[in-house]
Amino acid sequence: MRKPSRRCFLAGAVLGSAACRQDAGARLALSGEEARTLEAICDRLIPGDRDPGAVWAGAVEFIDRQLGGPYRRYRRAYGEGLARAEALSRKMFGKPMDELTDDDRLAVVQRIEQDARPFFEMVLAHTMQGFYGSPRHGGNRDYASWAMLRVPASPVRGRIHYDLRQGKES
Amino acid sequence: MALAGVDAVVIGAGAGGGVIAKELATAGLRVVLLERGRWETAWDDRKDDLRNQRTSVLGAPFGPDDERNPRVAVDRRGRELVVLPSDGAYQNNAACVGSGTVSYGAMAWRYMAQDFRMKSIYGCPPGSTLEDWPIAYDDLEPFYEKAEWEMGVSGDVAPDPFHAPRRRGLPMPPLPPNREYEILKPAALRKGWHPFDIPMLRNSVPYNGRGPCMRCRWCVGFACEVNAKNGTQNTVIPTALATGLCELRTGAMAREIVLDSRGHATAVTYFDSDDRLQTQPARLVVVSAGAIETARLLLSSKSRLHPNGLGNRYDWVGRNLQGHAYPRAVGLFDFDTYDDVGPGASIAICDFNHGNPGLRGGAMLANEFIRLPIQFTGMTPPDTPRWGRAHKDYMRQFYRRSIAVMGPVQEMPVFEARVELDPRVKDFWGIRVARLSGGRHPHSVEVARAVVQKAVAWLQEAGAIRTWNNVPGLELSAGQHQAGTCRMGNDPRTSVVDRNCRIHEADDIYLADASVHVTNGGFNPALTILANAYRVAAAIVKERRA
Repeated sequence: MRKPSRRCFLAGAVLGSAACRQDAGARLALSGEEARTLEAICDRLIPGDRDPGAVWAGAVEFIDRQLGGPYRRYRRAYGEGLARAEALSRKMFGKPMDELTDDDRLAVVQRIEQDARPFFEMVLAHTMQGFYGSPRHGGNRDYASWAMLRVPASPVRGRIHYDLRQGKES
Repeated sequence: MALAGVDAVVIGAGAGGGVIAKELATAGLRVVLLERGRWETAWDDRKDDLRNQRTSVLGAPFGPDDERNPRVAVDRRGRELVVLPSDGAYQNNAACVGSGTVSYGAMAWRYMAQDFRMKSIYGCPPGSTLEDWPIAYDDLEPFYEKAEWEMGVSGDVAPDPFHAPRRRGLPMPPLPPNREYEILKPAALRKGWHPFDIPMLRNSVPYNGRGPCMRCRWCVGFACEVNAKNGTQNTVIPTALATGLCELRTGAMAREIVLDSRGHATAVTYFDSDDRLQTQPARLVVVSAGAIETARLLLSSKSRLHPNGLGNRYDWVGRNLQGHAYPRAVGLFDFDTYDDVGPGASIAICDFNHGNPGLRGGAMLANEFIRLPIQFTGMTPPDTPRWGRAHKDYMRQFYRRSIAVMGPVQEMPVFEARVELDPRVKDFWGIRVARLSGGRHPHSVEVARAVVQKAVAWLQEAGAIRTWNNVPGLELSAGQHQAGTCRMGNDPRTSVVDRNCRIHEADDIYLADASVHVTNGGFNPALTILANAYRVAAAIVKERRA
């Protein structure tokens, strides 16, 4: 049984825990279970080590946000692919993917790469975007990947610094 | 209700259309310049590594928008796909005021004299429609010079012994070298090659009232924040508007060129920015919508005298679609090569544009623009994992220790690489969309394979500890360098426009974009499009005065 999150616990206190448990951790586009599976995959695509990995940097948030926008057309492929990944995990190790050890997760991801190539390539590309792309889209938290690569954040130059509406690095 | 008539309607405010509008308006003609996109600036399209002209995974910010402008792409296996501007197979070129000249890297190449005589020099390979241009380099030379000085080009081509004769140098010196330049230049000299500073439509010093390049890493694919890249949007188009004789209408999607019963152009119909159908009468029409959209508009403009589309009596409109085969070599180093000094691309050689044994043509080779981290993620050696711990280590180890050298290989035109009107799919306005099919000639791939070996050798000489290369295959090639679909020629049976880029059998309709290029040089085509537009405008003005 999954340990309820703080948010779920608090919400559960009000709404009744059954409803909450049905979709704990749901995001904008992804269900709670989908998000957890995706997180487990992203975690092996770009693992955390001495530098943050894809999960810490917000790759799942990035993908989730895009699935409600420019990546709307991939929503169905994510639903099917993540369900398949979850089924594979239960078949191989008898557990949901987010409860596996790092090595077992890796084995599942490797199997996905072999057996569900288009889904794997899609998730890989989007995870790279969420880790190495601009933070304005929900990933690359605090420019974690750029700091790792020793790429300085762009200095404020030119005329764009008069645009203070967005407040973020431009 | 028809709008008030003008002397000329120019369709498309990109490289060609911007120049035409300026030249005609300053010669006293009343001009309407139609542009389907918007007037984009760096303010609108902020530095976004996932949403720019080069990496458009989250959208194509310089237009056209994904919602209204599908195309159909037919792949090599015959599968049809409806594609959007942000998809690679769409072969997008920017749709905005300035078009590609807003977001380009701004390389400003003159084609070499040989590039206009490819068939005479090399002979046509089987399966190609290779032909000479009906004009020579010398016909274009004064207009290359005009483009360089009016719009502003920096660089130093003097050390390049292969370039065609020129009467005048470039108006601005090159930018100071970056680190890749310092590494690559001595290596090229040791190989006995002739490296030089890439000519660019980029201010290295103040010019035309605008400041110099600030050396940032957000260059190719982005609008310049300090307006140091020179495109038509900040040079000739403002000049055209300042005459008071040119009106620019943005958000204007051309539907059809209307002819009278004797075949003379009378008007252009278009959907305005509120999607209302408008009729703009004009005595003269110039189409400069890019090789794909120009062909689409001509094919859409059917009339009694042109039942298969304007200028398409012999089925040449939309044919010979080409771009460049771009092979790339990457080298990894055991010292830092990255200095964060933009634009990155700085040094080139033209030693392999021609004279490659047994091959037709070749390519200029230059170092690549600065690679943003997301662009480097896919640049792994063949045996390096594309993900996981090893890929992350690779990124950490080599992001700042890599150099890429690439070049635009001149392609052999293929008749079956083409733009048609799709029989089923229509755009938002109900106009049939472009359907792209066919592929690259095998010889172009062969040339790319040979030329990339020179790039590899260059990197090795420069001290690379590891090199590899990528060569494109037989897939259709067009993209931002799209060209060839309305070939210029003397014979109306094998070309669409005459040497002055007037449509055969349609006296008052001209084309001014890369669609008229017979071949596309081993170079980025922007300066040639600009120069040819100056030449076409001069012919139009001369004709009007006669």
